[in-house]
Amino acid sequence: MAEPRPVLEMTGIVKEFPGVRALSGVDFRLFPGEIHALLGENGAGKSTLIKVLTGVHSLDGGTITLDGQSVRFASPLQAQQAGISTVYQEVNLCPNLSVAENIFIGREPTRAGRIQWKQLRRKAAELVDRLGLDIDVTAPLSSYPLAVQQLVAIVRSVGTGDSVAEGSGTKVLILDEPTSSLDRDEVLELFALMRRLKEQGVAILFVSHFLDQIYEVCDRMTVLRNGTLVGEHMVSDLDQVGLVQLMIGKALDQLEELHDHQLHSGVGEPLLQADGLGRTGGIAPFDLEIKKGEVIGLAGLLGSGRTELARLLFGADQPDSGKVTIGGKQVSMSAPNDAIAAGVAFCSENRKTEGLVPDLTVRENIILALQAARGWTRPIPVSQRDELVAKYIKALDIRPANPEARVGQLSGGNQQKVLLARWLITQPKLLILDEPTRGIDIGAKAEIQKLVVSLSEDGMSVLYIAAELEEVLRLSHTIGVLRDRRLVAQIANGPEITTSRILETIASGEHQ
Amino acid sequence: MSATTQSRTAPDRRTTSKTARLLGDRRLPVLVTAALFLVMYIAGLSRYQNYGFAEPQVFMNLFIDNSYLLVAAVGATFVILSGGIDLSVGSVIGFTTMFTAWLVERQGMPILLVIPLALAVGAVGGFLMGYVIQNFEIQPFIVTLAGLFLFRGLCLVISKESISITDSSVSSMAQAQVSLGAGFLSVGAIVALVVLAAAFYVLHYTRFGRRVYAIGGNEQSAMLMGLPQGGTKIAVYTVSGFCSALAGLLFTLYIQSGDPLHATGMELDAIAAVVIGGTLLTGGSGYVLGTVFGVLVLGLIKSIIQFEGTLSSWWTKIATGVLLCAFILIQRAMTARKKT
Repeated sequence: MAEPRPVLEMTGIVKEFPGVRALSGVDFRLFPGEIHALLGENGAGKSTLIKVLTGVHSLDGGTITLDGQSVRFASPLQAQQAGISTVYQEVNLCPNLSVAENIFIGREPTRAGRIQWKQLRRKAAELVDRLGLDIDVTAPLSSYPLAVQQLVAIVRSVGTGDSVAEGSGTKVLILDEPTSSLDRDEVLELFALMRRLKEQGVAILFVSHFLDQIYEVCDRMTVLRNGTLVGEHMVSDLDQVGLVQLMIGKALDQLEELHDHQLHSGVGEPLLQADGLGRTGGIAPFDLEIKKGEVIGLAGLLGSGRTELARLLFGADQPDSGKVTIGGKQVSMSAPNDAIAAGVAFCSENRKTEGLVPDLTVRENIILALQAARGWTRPIPVSQRDELVAKYIKALDIRPANPEARVGQLSGGNQQKVLLARWLITQPKLLILDEPTRGIDIGAKAEIQKLVVSLSEDGMSVLYIAAELEEVLRLSHTIGVLRDRRLVAQIANGPEITTSRILETIASGEHQ
Repeated sequence: MSATTQSRTAPDRRTTSKTARLLGDRRLPVLVTAALFLVMYIAGLSRYQNYGFAEPQVFMNLFIDNSYLLVAAVGATFVILSGGIDLSVGSVIGFTTMFTAWLVERQGMPILLVIPLALAVGAVGGFLMGYVIQNFEIQPFIVTLAGLFLFRGLCLVISKESISITDSSVSSMAQAQVSLGAGFLSVGAIVALVVLAAAFYVLHYTRFGRRVYAIGGNEQSAMLMGLPQGGTKIAVYTVSGFCSALAGLLFTLYIQSGDPLHATGMELDAIAAVVIGGTLLTGGSGYVLGTVFGVLVLGLIKSIIQFEGTLSSWWTKIATGVLLCAFILIQRAMTARKKT
């Protein structure tokens, strides 16, 4: 096969930040009509490469060639005008405007300065139709779930083509972690859209932490490590194990260890007992028993009530039926304070908005919960505080190991570890982890999972929520299956339990 | 593929009950305000029938007596839709009355020359505040609060006492009536209606207007979508400054004097009218038509209290407070519903 000319070619890209060389001499090519995965651990330079390409960051060295012409963009707007569009993990649209307007705002069809609404709606409808989506373009964007909003963002970014007079048409579409908050059906829908765009000759750069998804949808991949190029491969030429080795640059000891890990059997007496606990509009009444040292995994689709269940057990939402007993004593659970006092800790899934304070240092963030538990009038002695912080930074391998670093500057995985450290320092009896591994790289994922195992071996109970079934299956003694805001089954884990069994239970809502 | 979309989105639409959809409709707050106005008007009709409340002129007077508030509130609508706030409105109005009266009376400048000058001063003031808000990333609350003090101070620099206007061209302009069948409108009311129509057109049929909504909806997104968000923001405050100055001119016509204390706190009346008209204080949702009804409701409260005769004028304030509170609660209920 004669190799066609790449639509985009980046050679010898160098980007330096004060004190760090984020990219050193990276090459990257993108061909028309392909889906190309950009892979690497957090901090490998994926985002930096994308930002350099789209003009968010300036270039310190190297060349970018688009369609045979040397280019250098000063802003995302310039890149967009040249045909490079980006869709980020967060949907960057205006929820208050209609779908049609979101697609066309900034380039509405006008006549003598007057927006031609009819024409705009018709064009939007045509575009949506051509991409095989069924969306009412006149409805406000906020009336659609996040997944559809993401699709609309993609429609907007490719909508510069022949359907609008201005704009030169999208040649390169960059999708930065578009799937991290989508459930399986939604991901499939996104993939279908990606394939359709690929057929139309768009080159797609796809960033995702989910390796299965890469193998499902991508043709070619480029792997980065520590700001350097590790290799470019056809997806068909490299299996997952090989890929992961490339990404982390060492053999899979850590992961293997986890795969072979036997669930420890040291599950003790009941710790927490929920009887008929429920909340209208949140989750139907459920019974749940958590034993000492037990890991309970919650499986279910996005929106099936996983988080709602966890929030009830933490008192973040008030139940309107049932009761909770912890260690033989009934706990009122009218506020998180009650739960914290009873030894329950909760790591929220939105670590940015509901957990960490990004402008405070690592030390201050770690100390926060312990200080709250002691009361604000009794400060923790400085020496004891520094010792504790140092201990947990070391134990969790938080990088950089600098207690004075601002949390906002840490990578996702390390932020998650800081949040964990904060709760571990209070020595809870029950630790609730809501999607602790979302959006963090595979190395940090393995570390967090190992940590869960060792915590439970030490007698801490863990309620573990994760979107990836394998993760739940690997760690849990008991798997609670949720469906349509109802706890439908509690399955004791064993060799005969597989992800497909769990999937069946999720799908059918019953466990045989 | 489209089948999956259908299976997810279509039931959404089907299962949402009629009431829920109505609650979600962005036009609902405007309808509520319009209905409130109607109910109040009918109540007024039945109660003060014999005192001439039914005269069409009573209705027309709502526009005449509140022309300046309407113009100021239209400006405030732009700002609030964009997610900002402008506290300098009242001071700019006060300053414009002083500035105009001083130029006309003390400097003998013809009013036709003073008008564009006053408008330019207001617009430049608004532009500067917008520039500071945008380029130094300071909260509009603080910047326009500074503007409030600045313009009120400037009033006193011009003169500590009020200046009444005796210029004949001003008074003939103030007394001019445009007859409209059963009643008449003043020049000020006509100007206010023209401003209103222009604002409606700009907000709904120009790219600038849609950018105002986009910024109010999500400023960060608007920027990432490649919209010139900075320029739009500055323009919004310029519009508000211009409207304030225009409101100041209308106020001067209405009251025929300049006074350092004129229109103290009128920014709050304008904001109240906008909010009662159903515009979200967080920005991105609302209609300038709602603002009209907001102003009319406030005006009608004043008229009713005048017709009542025995009530003091501070009852207007109490009624405004109660209404504001009620409408904020309605807004809250609506946004809360949207989140779930």
